[in-house]
Amino acid sequence: MGTLSILIWLPILGGLLVLAIGRTSAGKPSSDGAGLRADRLLALVVSVLSFLLSLPLWTDFNAATADMQFVERMSWIRAFNVEYYLGVDGFSMPLVMLTTFLTPIVLLAGWDSVRVRTAEYFAAFLILEGLMIGVFAAVDALLFYVFWEAMLIPMFIIIGVWGGERRIYATVKFFLYTFLGSVFMLIALIYLYLKSGSYSILVFHQLPLSQAEQTLIFLAFLAAFAVKVPMWPVHTWLPDAHVEAPTGGSVILAAVLLKMGGYGFIRFSLPIAPDASGHLSALMIFLSLVAVVYIGFVALVQQDMKKLIAYSSIAHMGFVTLGLFIAWPILARTGSTSGVAMGLSGAMLQMISHGFISGALFLCVGVLYDRMHSRKIADYGGVVNTMPRFAALMVFFALANAGLPGTSGFVGEFMVILASFKAGFWYAFLASITLILGAAYTLWLVKRVVFGAVANTAVASLVDISAREMLILVLVAGGVLWLGLWPAPIADVMSASVDHLATQIMQSKIQAGL
Amino acid sequence: MENIYLAIVLCPLAAALLAGLFGRVIGRAGAHTVTILGVGASFLLSLAVLKAQVLDGEPAFNGTVYTWAVVDGVHMQVGFLVDRLTALMMVVVTSVSLMVHIYTIGYMHDDAGYQRFFSYISLFTFAMLMLVMANNFMQLFFGWEAVGVVSYLLIGFWYTRPTAIFANMKAFLVNRVGDFGFLLGIALILMSTGSLDYATVFAGADAMSGQTIQVLGDSQWSVITLACILLFIGAMGKSAQMPLHVWLPDSMEGPTPISALIHAATMVTAGIFMVARMSPLFELSDTALSVVMVVGATTALFTGFLGVVQNDIKRVVAYSTLSQLGYMTVALGASAYAAGVFHLMTHAFFKALLFLAAGSVIIAMHHEQDIRKMGGLWRYLPITWLTSLIGSLSLIGFPGFAGFFSKDAIIEAVGAAHRTGSGYAWWCLMIGVFVTALYSFRMFFLVFHGAERLDSHAKDHLHEPSMVVWLPLALLAVPSVILGWLTVGPVVFGSYFGDAIFTREINDVLGEGAAEFHGPAAYVLHALTMPVPWIALGGVLCAWYLYLKNPALPERLGKQFSGLHTLLINKYYFDEFNQKVFARGSTALGEFFWHAGDEAVIDSGLVNGSARLVGWASQVVRQLQSGYLYHYAFAMIAGLAVLVGWLLLAG
Repeated sequence: MGTLSILIWLPILGGLLVLAIGRTSAGKPSSDGAGLRADRLLALVVSVLSFLLSLPLWTDFNAATADMQFVERMSWIRAFNVEYYLGVDGFSMPLVMLTTFLTPIVLLAGWDSVRVRTAEYFAAFLILEGLMIGVFAAVDALLFYVFWEAMLIPMFIIIGVWGGERRIYATVKFFLYTFLGSVFMLIALIYLYLKSGSYSILVFHQLPLSQAEQTLIFLAFLAAFAVKVPMWPVHTWLPDAHVEAPTGGSVILAAVLLKMGGYGFIRFSLPIAPDASGHLSALMIFLSLVAVVYIGFVALVQQDMKKLIAYSSIAHMGFVTLGLFIAWPILARTGSTSGVAMGLSGAMLQMISHGFISGALFLCVGVLYDRMHSRKIADYGGVVNTMPRFAALMVFFALANAGLPGTSGFVGEFMVILASFKAGFWYAFLASITLILGAAYTLWLVKRVVFGAVANTAVASLVDISAREMLILVLVAGGVLWLGLWPAPIADVMSASVDHLATQIMQSKIQAGL
Repeated sequence: MENIYLAIVLCPLAAALLAGLFGRVIGRAGAHTVTILGVGASFLLSLAVLKAQVLDGEPAFNGTVYTWAVVDGVHMQVGFLVDRLTALMMVVVTSVSLMVHIYTIGYMHDDAGYQRFFSYISLFTFAMLMLVMANNFMQLFFGWEAVGVVSYLLIGFWYTRPTAIFANMKAFLVNRVGDFGFLLGIALILMSTGSLDYATVFAGADAMSGQTIQVLGDSQWSVITLACILLFIGAMGKSAQMPLHVWLPDSMEGPTPISALIHAATMVTAGIFMVARMSPLFELSDTALSVVMVVGATTALFTGFLGVVQNDIKRVVAYSTLSQLGYMTVALGASAYAAGVFHLMTHAFFKALLFLAAGSVIIAMHHEQDIRKMGGLWRYLPITWLTSLIGSLSLIGFPGFAGFFSKDAIIEAVGAAHRTGSGYAWWCLMIGVFVTALYSFRMFFLVFHGAERLDSHAKDHLHEPSMVVWLPLALLAVPSVILGWLTVGPVVFGSYFGDAIFTREINDVLGEGAAEFHGPAAYVLHALTMPVPWIALGGVLCAWYLYLKNPALPERLGKQFSGLHTLLINKYYFDEFNQKVFARGSTALGEFFWHAGDEAVIDSGLVNGSARLVGWASQVVRQLQSGYLYHYAFAMIAGLAVLVGWLLLAG
């Protein structure tokens, strides 16, 4: 078994084992919340082990090539030429690392606060981890699709079982949106298979396609990926899903699941349908800028902390799609590809950064929710008086969310804004509004929740974060700082793949097709 | 040499981390010791750097510390450019910071956040040094935003006060409006020159001046003008130029030591420094320089008027800072960069002095800040009185004092300039001289002279604060007096800056002055034959008559000109306008997008509409299926089967 297989199947099998252990101790109430419980301990060990096992992906990665690395390939369904084909390049490897890094943190976040069906809870996250890594590592499109769809199941369960009051509504909405999108993607994949005789994504990349074919395929992929990002106007499931999800669910949803959308564009839409991507780039940029500006205003008026952060996520993900699709106007305007790679790198870095920051902010809300059982901003005020250590970390993450230089939040936005100026003044102008809006909604949140005099007796009796909570927040803060102060290592890891993609998308596939 | 530069920035950073993260371990004394040692080391090393640059003739240093990232062929680096401009800024920043550190021991001694405060001000020193020592635009932006964040944290230092946490958010957001322009300017420069490094960009400036860019419709805009104006918008935020000045008076909510350090001496002058640093770019655009000049002149005069009606001791000094920043900006706009930076330097000392003196009064008065409740304090606070007098004289440009040389140089330069707007600017500055003297001595007389309007409780405890408070005052008073005399020759009229500042020959307004400059004494004597010192004297006499001789008159005048008085008391209604238009407008827009867009159209219309459609379809087939999710799943799978079938048949 190769590294990638281990990273996929270890958590899944570990999750099943956790379920089994939980079953044997079924009936015993696990309400004390203290002491060592075998199920959660095993889950943590498995997730930490997965992280350690994923380190060779980073250390042994060859940054000089855009080819797939750590490749595993064998036949799976011979009749349809479906393969068990795994590999990572400069785009997927960082996302795999992000997943293995965040999963132990998510498990620790639910350590004490999950009181019902604990074994199932921890198992669901482990299984989800394996499936998410599968999505990033799959080079066979059908294998990708299987992981893509399977991943939704633990996510529904996490929201539907451990969620808030309106969890059923949120789950149905989430399901409806994402499943509807996926169906169109499957059609596109089948079409590409019929045309090429293979499910290898790399073969799809080479496949000549007419403009009409490309457009239909692009739109089919768009249905799947736009929902995941999420792009305006198919974003309304996200605030509901976040509000109802338990803390761990929100963290994974924001930090990793949303990245599937951006990753999908990078892996499928852009290289498979470059002409259609170019043709529709104006639409995509328009939708991205709507996300940045419109959603920024919507975030400003939210009364629920999780909704605010959810809307902030959508606005930040707007930079991902902007960075990806800005390539065509840059080419059209300047006649040069200089700036294209900057936009693509910015998009990728924004995804990684958003994984850290939005994850951290949801962890912060979780810390408060565990104590106060409220997400309403109005119920808080003056938290700094009773929880100074927590307040320091939350202010730090808030500033990172506002794109402060020196934190990861700055890196992607900075590069995308620099690149979009080459596409046109007004693109950069509209994108830069995030500097003001992002600071406004984030700092206003901080002002109302963290600062001020103690607002009420509930806030007065708050207890500062425990060593466990401190640990998880500090770990994420380390990531935020590292990426903000020295993004060179991760930018270098991606650069060969970014350059490769930049040349791929600038080559028409129509010419070859005729 | 590079190690020295690293040590200069890292000493305050290390001290800040120690005091911030281990404040409880090292205690109060530990916190102030470690931060003072850190900043002190920085100060001494900065002096060494200045000496090496000026006396030993060491060439400018330009080097990379580490590569932040290389993306798309653009090398983004963290590195230092240390030339004479930088060295001067480093000494100003670290020396004022050191004074403020010492002063803080006294000012904050009974504050619960003692260690946190020291940590913040040391962190600020680090960020400010990174800003002035940057050799590229990215690091400049880093430092730019980092000082803004520390300012945010310090304005809101007393976080339980509603006014403080409103003021700090306001300060950050208004600065972000400036940064918005600044970032766009950086993006334009990168696009035009392909680099973020100063050296490369300046080398390509000439090529840039020929380029145009399409912004609105088909009209072609000059790239260099647009870039300079965008950069200047950033400076308008940080250096509080109208209309982005609104945050600075409110920033007085922060503790007084940081008002002196951040909101008078250093951070707010970052914009001035930046424009001077970018002189190779600004010099190529007369339009941009005219904009700079007019904005600066407007700020210099109109914020000065506001200082005359303020009654909070710190706010008077704050409006004075705004006005003086306007003077510096005008100097830049007149291409007299050296004079602007010179005023920056003298102002850093005398304004820090005035703020710290105000703080001394505030401590003595038990945190009373209303000058109407003071009066006659000279008897109780002799050192504060004397140092305040020195600071005020320097501020109004009393001949021979530091502020005199710098202000006079600016006014002369503007008089010699022929740029569009220079006539307007000159008048603003001349009237400004009178206004400056009026508000400065209004405050000085109301606080230290005249009738004692204190309540008896305050009076019992009134005495000069401890040595850690008055020592920095005394030390700052020295440069406030002599600095101009010593340095005006080389800095303004000599070749101190060398290559650090670029001026086109045609714009060399200081050159005329240089030809007539025969030493500081002759300069002072010559100035006495000019109107400026006499206008200032008129302002002082006016203040004396209004607030000491005939104290009932100001109130009568206020009633007489009630319209004007109301306008000034309400600060020209900038705050109301921003609150009503921008703040309320944004939330209204947010509510509209949320309720009308997300909820009504997308959710109720599209999502729940299709859910209802699916629901209706599942009603039809309910005999076949039951359960929640499967209703929807079934409809989809059925549709999928049809589509796949169709594809297979068609294919």
